[in-house]
Amino acid sequence: MSERDTVLRVEHLTMRFGGLVAVDDLSFAAARGEITALIGPNGAGKTTVFNCITGFYKPSEGRIALAHGDGKIWEALDGVTDGGARRLIRGDGALYLLERMPEYLVTRQARVARTFQNIRLFPGMTVLENLLVAQHNPLMLASGYTFLGVLGLPSYAAAERAAIEKARQWLDRIGLTARADGPAGALPYGAQRRLEVARAMCTDPLLLCLDEPAAGLNPRESAELNELLLAIRQDYGISILLIEHDMSVVMKISDHIVVLDYGVKIADGSPQEVRDDPRVVAAYLGVADEDVERVEVEVGL
Amino acid sequence: MIADPKARINVVGALRDAAWTALVAFGLFLPLVGFLTIQNLNNELILETRFGLLATFVAVAAFGRLAYSLVIAPARARRALRPAPTAPSRLRILGSVLARGLAPFGIGFVIVYPAIVLAINGTTGAVKWVDNFGIQILIYVMLGWGLNIVVGLAGLLDLGYVAFYAVGAYSYALLAKNFGLAFWVLLPLAGILAAFWGILLGFPVLRLRGDYLAIVTLAFGEIIRLILINWVPVTNGYAGISAVPRPTFFGIPFNASDQGFAAVFGLEFTPLYRTLFLYYIILTLAFITAFVTLRLRRLPVGRAWEALREDEIACRALGINTTNTKLTAFAMGGMFAGFAGSFFAARQGFISPESFTFLESATIVAIVVLGGMGSMLGVAIAAIVMIGGTEIMRDLDFLKDIFGDTFDPTQYRMLIFGLGMVLIMIWRPRGLIATREPSVFLKERKIIPADLVKEGHG
Repeated sequence: MSERDTVLRVEHLTMRFGGLVAVDDLSFAAARGEITALIGPNGAGKTTVFNCITGFYKPSEGRIALAHGDGKIWEALDGVTDGGARRLIRGDGALYLLERMPEYLVTRQARVARTFQNIRLFPGMTVLENLLVAQHNPLMLASGYTFLGVLGLPSYAAAERAAIEKARQWLDRIGLTARADGPAGALPYGAQRRLEVARAMCTDPLLLCLDEPAAGLNPRESAELNELLLAIRQDYGISILLIEHDMSVVMKISDHIVVLDYGVKIADGSPQEVRDDPRVVAAYLGVADEDVERVEVEVGL
Repeated sequence: MIADPKARINVVGALRDAAWTALVAFGLFLPLVGFLTIQNLNNELILETRFGLLATFVAVAAFGRLAYSLVIAPARARRALRPAPTAPSRLRILGSVLARGLAPFGIGFVIVYPAIVLAINGTTGAVKWVDNFGIQILIYVMLGWGLNIVVGLAGLLDLGYVAFYAVGAYSYALLAKNFGLAFWVLLPLAGILAAFWGILLGFPVLRLRGDYLAIVTLAFGEIIRLILINWVPVTNGYAGISAVPRPTFFGIPFNASDQGFAAVFGLEFTPLYRTLFLYYIILTLAFITAFVTLRLRRLPVGRAWEALREDEIACRALGINTTNTKLTAFAMGGMFAGFAGSFFAARQGFISPESFTFLESATIVAIVVLGGMGSMLGVAIAAIVMIGGTEIMRDLDFLKDIFGDTFDPTQYRMLIFGLGMVLIMIWRPRGLIATREPSVFLKERKIIPADLVKEGHG
């Protein structure tokens, strides 16, 4: 992968909680327009990495950089880092140092959207309202930071109609148009997962981070999710970063897999390479490296 | 079908329950009711016993428990076993029709209310009804709607709301007295100042949630009150500020002088004109509050408030600046309290820290919680019940006919009131109108059931 195709670069990321090192010197890159999966056993530090990327945690050490545009801007990375700025915007793109930004700016400016392992919808708001809250920032601008909106100017009404139209397109896509006016909390589990993805997409992201999107889905729903993610990538040309335990999802749709174990990267490559890596097998089976071959024979791999 | 053995009435168990209840009631009421200390003519404290009354209390508790176990509980169990009706009952349809018509009817009613009162009670009687009921209730409706933004929409429990009311009142009183500024100039100014204090309170409590937020806001309310008491050179301390200028009708004062309202318009002087004028001012202010709040709910900032109440983490993940969102909620809520406060000062003509105690905050929070957090109509009804109810219970003289002349109804006012609150909380634990109306819809506006709507975590 050349530097020009990289959208996200995580370098020497370390996250310590007191004495516990949750993520230890992790480096990887995600390519533009590709689906990168982050896998590993429970407690490997995957969600911590996500929280660092999306600004919910401030990493103890390391750099997380995201590029907009064609990637030529990467050459300016060290200059921005030393300059102490949060971002660089040029004619041919922009560069964001995510570890320096609060979480809402990571979404608003760097255009990174995320979903959560335990679904976080707004259960008492309708499905449509959930998708409109995701378009908060453009709508806020259209309402003149509320001042013009209170006066009832027509420009805001037009912006709201456009936002509803955008939401409706996403509802058609995830098959929830019929339930648009019902509360999000009353949706079945699989539909809530899809809605959370659609809500994240309504923020117009360039990088979509999904934390175990297939958790709790049945095989049919998880196949539907695969299709949705592939379609999103194709239609919007965005990059996807994914944490997943469901190997049927990971192996089918990922272009690139990073494997974590105890906060350390143990493998990085294509699905095939990762699948054949003895260290990955060992981590998943929970045995030491030297015992892998013996255990593999035992379990018939 | 075999009857569920548990559903059968268990007489022995019910009797045992009743006996236990009687025992507990006896233990509880023996010191409270059974013994009475009184001073005799020699100034000696003597102990009297009231075992007859005690027996009545215990018997009521025991028989109440027995009736519950034998009649009410089985009836409830039977009802729970019956399948829920598929079609909405006639009563429910009637209820929804009533609910829909209630808001326009209510608006029409409050506009013609003074005329109705005037027709029934005549000029002298009407002042009490317009002032004690109309204006008093409308002030609390407005305060309830203002706090509803903070507690009901944004889900931030604010127990010091009265502080902003005090800021508004003192802003008006001090600026009007010392600088001679007019009511209509100071009204927006008081709102702005209260909003500023809202932001000031907002900053330190941004990171707090739930109980901690409630405690700090409570402390904030007390701090403001203590400043008003102790900063004597400015606020005149406990003595308060008297002779606060009253609002004028385009420069014409409401008094008995030759330049007064009555004289200028060739009318006979009565205090009613000022009362009516004040009534329509607070009515207009309340309508503005309602209009702005309803507009805000449909704007991104209003949706962000509600989203904040539902899930703050998700808000942050969607690019919403939760700091600003919380501060705007505090500022908007504070602003409406500031308006109400400056009106209060102008109406009373006298303000002192006594009017801004914690009890006021608690009353306003009770109005919002009782009405159903987030519901404008519910808050308005709750304000009428709470404030109007307290006022009506001031004259419960008819109870004297029942219990004899020695019965003093005013002593039981708060007791009856508390009982009413407990009953409402049992019957409607999430407030009178706990359902949520969506701010926007694609095809039809469906009411969201109360159990899905979050109360906010602070």
